[in-house]
Amino acid sequence: MIPLTYMMSLSAIIFSIGVAGVIIRRNILVMFMSIELMLNAVNLAFISLGSRLGSMDGQVIVFFVMTVAAAEAAVGLGIILSSFRNRETVHADEMTLMRW
Amino acid sequence: MTPFNVTAINIVWLPILPMIVIAIAAMVVLLAGVRINEEDSEGLGWLTLAALFVAFILTLGIVGQSGVAFAGAISIDSFAAYFELAILIAAMFTVLMSLDYAGEHHIPGAEYYSLLLFSVLGMMLMATAGDLIIIFLGLETMSLSVYVLAGIARRDPKSNEAAIKYFLLGAFSTGFLLYGIALVYGATGTIKLGPIHTVLASGAMGSNRMLLLGIGMLLIGFAFKVAAVPFHMWTPDVYEGAPTPITAFMAVGVKLAAFAGFLRVFLVDLTPMTGEWSSVLWVVAALTMTGGNLMAIAQTNIKRMLAYSSIAHAGYLLVGMTAGAGAGGAILYYLVAYAFTNLGAFAVVIALERLGVPSNKISDYRGLGTRHPLLAGAMAVFLLSLTGVPPMAGFVGKFYLFYAALHQGYVGLVIIAVLNSVISTYYYFSVLVAMYMQEGGVEVSRLSARPALVAAIGLAAIATVVIGAYPQPYIGIASNAFHSASGAEGIHAASLEP
Repeated sequence: MIPLTYMMSLSAIIFSIGVAGVIIRRNILVMFMSIELMLNAVNLAFISLGSRLGSMDGQVIVFFVMTVAAAEAAVGLGIILSSFRNRETVHADEMTLMRW
Repeated sequence: MTPFNVTAINIVWLPILPMIVIAIAAMVVLLAGVRINEEDSEGLGWLTLAALFVAFILTLGIVGQSGVAFAGAISIDSFAAYFELAILIAAMFTVLMSLDYAGEHHIPGAEYYSLLLFSVLGMMLMATAGDLIIIFLGLETMSLSVYVLAGIARRDPKSNEAAIKYFLLGAFSTGFLLYGIALVYGATGTIKLGPIHTVLASGAMGSNRMLLLGIGMLLIGFAFKVAAVPFHMWTPDVYEGAPTPITAFMAVGVKLAAFAGFLRVFLVDLTPMTGEWSSVLWVVAALTMTGGNLMAIAQTNIKRMLAYSSIAHAGYLLVGMTAGAGAGGAILYYLVAYAFTNLGAFAVVIALERLGVPSNKISDYRGLGTRHPLLAGAMAVFLLSLTGVPPMAGFVGKFYLFYAALHQGYVGLVIIAVLNSVISTYYYFSVLVAMYMQEGGVEVSRLSARPALVAAIGLAAIATVVIGAYPQPYIGIASNAFHSASGAEGIHAASLEP
């Protein structure tokens, strides 16, 4: 059996890659993909903790998170698309109509 | 693995009846929109208002009940009822402000009102949550709807940009909140709020690192949602770019719901760990007040100024949270005082957009006192309440909040809060000065204010003055509501009243 530490470490590493992606990358679609990566890292943590604790909660939560992530993808892509129609850009640095 | 036991789940429909009404109404509005001309959405608005009113009446029936339903997923207590009523009132005001706005700005009515109802559903779910997953689901139901609402003026690039910024940072913060939930679940072995409190209160956890990291992540997630410095960057841009009724809804409804979740998790269920998180919150509160107020001074756009002002007010509320459960009643009272005041202020901003200040520049408010004395008078009431001048609700809220924090021994933080309150006078009064002491300004159109909008402004002004002048009954309701939440979880925080 794989130790919990390994699984939690993997989850933490993937989560960190997601956070770094959101902070470093400037393409909105890539930032969005990084956010999905963060959510999947959390799913991994929930599954490992659930199986370790022997409780069903952890497994059930993952379904909720996956559903929410799907809804979020639909809404997010819609928002990005409607902005692209007006601005012809998906670059975060060009979102400068409002600042300070 | 424990077998799934259906009979052990206590299914009670009455406490979630208001939410069922809202959910059905949201779908009915969406379907009715198919048969209605996109720009002729006033009927849908009245339907929405009726649904919110029915839910309001049904929620009144929950007041005073206590217990849990759906195997602990739903908490039935006055705390939930208090927030649900406040959220429904905020939504009703938003609909009153939107009735004319939606049609005039070519906003698709069916989508607009059904998303409004769905986000109200999410907010109510958050207020009544009994476990961390319901908090997450409520938060996401609310947020996903509000992301779209912020960008619903599809042809307006500012609205697009507001939606993108809100969506990216909102989804980012959700990741942190969810990771926090996972870690707290891993450390305590449960996601139910009551049992988490029991585990923590037993002292078995000590300072488990997974638990501390989880609490930290939860704190980040909630700090994003209530727009606390340094997680506030999205607020001014989103508030400026979104359609103004939605800005009002975000400033009040989203903040109410976020604080409902924040209070229930931190002040009720993580109380045994207060020593660990209150010092962090101390710093966040001080930064939030100071950052919000200092940035507000430099603003020339009234929506941006009110956005920074809402950050500052979140800071005052965090002062109360730092003080712990003793300030619970004060926080609940302050939230409602803040809600009425801000709804009113944004309603005046909408009225002025109609009357020829579409740019929302504060300099365009010059001479308003002579041209529109009633509108300027109402704005003065709201600005004085935000500043904290008696007898407005804002004064009593601040007094009660700071008094409670002082009573718990947070002298330094209260001094910072009072100094910040003084700073805030500058930018609130600069609007008053522009309205009453300067000449000029612009007057493009001569549209008359519409009855629904006038009703919203009038009711907000009356509420601001009444709950400020006669605060005693409302303070009683607020503090009972807070203690019903702590009572339901078996916590008896002694001598919490100042």
